[in-house]
Amino acid sequence: MTPLPHHSPLAVHGLSVTYGDKPAVRAVDANFPRAALSAIIGPNGAGKSTFLKACLGIVAPLSGEVAFFGQPIAQARARVAYVPQRASVDWDFPTTVLDVVQMGQYRRAGLWGRLSGAARTQAMGCLERVGMAEFASRQIGQLSGGQQQRVFLARALAQEAELYLLDEPFAGVDAATEHAIMDVLRGLRAEGKSVIAVHHDLATVEDYFDHVFLINVDRIAEGPVKTTFTAQNLNAAYGGRLVASTPTTLIQAAE
Amino acid sequence: MTQFWAALTLQAGYNAALVAIGAALLGLAAGVAGSFVMLRKRSLVSDAVAHAALPGIVLAFMVMVALGGEGRSLLGLLLGAALSGGAGLLVMSWLTTRTRLAEDAAIGAVLGVFFGAGIVLLTVVQTMRAGRQAGLEDFLLGATAGMLREDAILIALGGAVVLALCWLLRRPMTLVAFDPGHAATLGYNTRAIDLAIMGLAMAVTIIGLKLVGLVLIVALLIIPPVAARFWTDRAGVMVWIAGGIGGAGAYLGAAISASAPDLPTGPVIVLVLAAGFALSMLLAPKRGIVSAAWRYLRLRRQFQQGA
Repeated sequence: MTPLPHHSPLAVHGLSVTYGDKPAVRAVDANFPRAALSAIIGPNGAGKSTFLKACLGIVAPLSGEVAFFGQPIAQARARVAYVPQRASVDWDFPTTVLDVVQMGQYRRAGLWGRLSGAARTQAMGCLERVGMAEFASRQIGQLSGGQQQRVFLARALAQEAELYLLDEPFAGVDAATEHAIMDVLRGLRAEGKSVIAVHHDLATVEDYFDHVFLINVDRIAEGPVKTTFTAQNLNAAYGGRLVASTPTTLIQAAE
Repeated sequence: MTQFWAALTLQAGYNAALVAIGAALLGLAAGVAGSFVMLRKRSLVSDAVAHAALPGIVLAFMVMVALGGEGRSLLGLLLGAALSGGAGLLVMSWLTTRTRLAEDAAIGAVLGVFFGAGIVLLTVVQTMRAGRQAGLEDFLLGATAGMLREDAILIALGGAVVLALCWLLRRPMTLVAFDPGHAATLGYNTRAIDLAIMGLAMAVTIIGLKLVGLVLIVALLIIPPVAARFWTDRAGVMVWIAGGIGGAGAYLGAAISASAPDLPTGPVIVLVLAAGFALSMLLAPKRGIVSAAWRYLRLRRQFQQGA
């Protein structure tokens, strides 16, 4: 078997995950480009989140190989940051905005190392980048959904990674937040960093992303948005449901 | 009243002083360790683990008697408690990961079955001659009358170890409690950290067996942190407030029960902690009910004046 490529921030070969006896992701290959914004697209239950979690080792894959920058995840953790779905945590947890961002620094601080004043300054800088600096001492439960999403992004920025994996960063956020997040992601790309996001809104794919990966349990298609984000591939991924359930403008955008 | 004051200032006799100091240390350790249990939302799991310790205690007693010993060696009994509590924890995590059972169902099943088995074994032992005087049933609700210096030392040492581990592991445990998926991507072994949280709760259960008993220990673990939660929005601060509430409440409870000898220590401590919880819920400045009502009324008046 040929080794997975080193130049790719995330390369996957034959990845399968099952929940019980039901396959969630089946023998998927993928190869995401460096210094680009990539979208993972597919219908509900297509295994998008599961695919991300299996790559990161949060859920155990049944089989397959995953390489971050040509290395297994255990050796690449410092280069990879993950932004989970906002709904995956309890926002009534007793912690402040700044505390959450500093959680992204725990790894660098070591298990018991102190978080220095410089670390705090860096964390504040990350909050600044997502436009949340004035909320630093707020309890996280007092934030709106969009603000919570920005805090999660700031936590990932605090990790100073080279690859950012985001699970539905735009789900249930306001338009201002969506713009703010996109500005940050484009900024990362300009710095030569790579972004892979599970994405739901087909209308914005061409606007936001360079590279697209279509999945519906099986890999449907992968490549540059221009050539891969086609009506034919979308129909293959969504199994015809798309035509029935989305406005026509959307289909035009897809063609 | 003088009796109560004497107990509160450790002047009510040797046994009462031992109990009060032991209770304070236990309450402190339980409040701190329980904070992480509460943050991880494992309160009921810790209750089930505590109940699951009973069959181990009785079996350890039987084994020690069968081996020709007296059967009352505290260390042996505590080892049995740890083993069967741990077995209960493993069965619970196996049930939730390998079957489709929800966690609450697994908790109910394990708690009921292990505790039931323990009660059956306890009844059998009490028909044995050696068992009748063993006082094993004291481990259910605690019994302080016969508390020895060694028991207090055990609580002090065990409590110190629990506190030290909580301090060392505070960041990983907080991280896993808040967002286990993110913690895993940072390279933390979330299973091991979860195990550590439950292990600390189990250690508190075991050092608290003699004083509070396994049925009520969950109250010492959980009431202090939920009371502390009303006073702060930061986990790091909440842990120490919980420790303070736990320590002070247990000390006060022990003093009350020492001044009224017919009152059982463990249950009185639980009631004192419950009073602390009620006061926190009412009076805490930001999250308390009274201040929330006050803010609401003020706001309403502002709007009415504005209209």
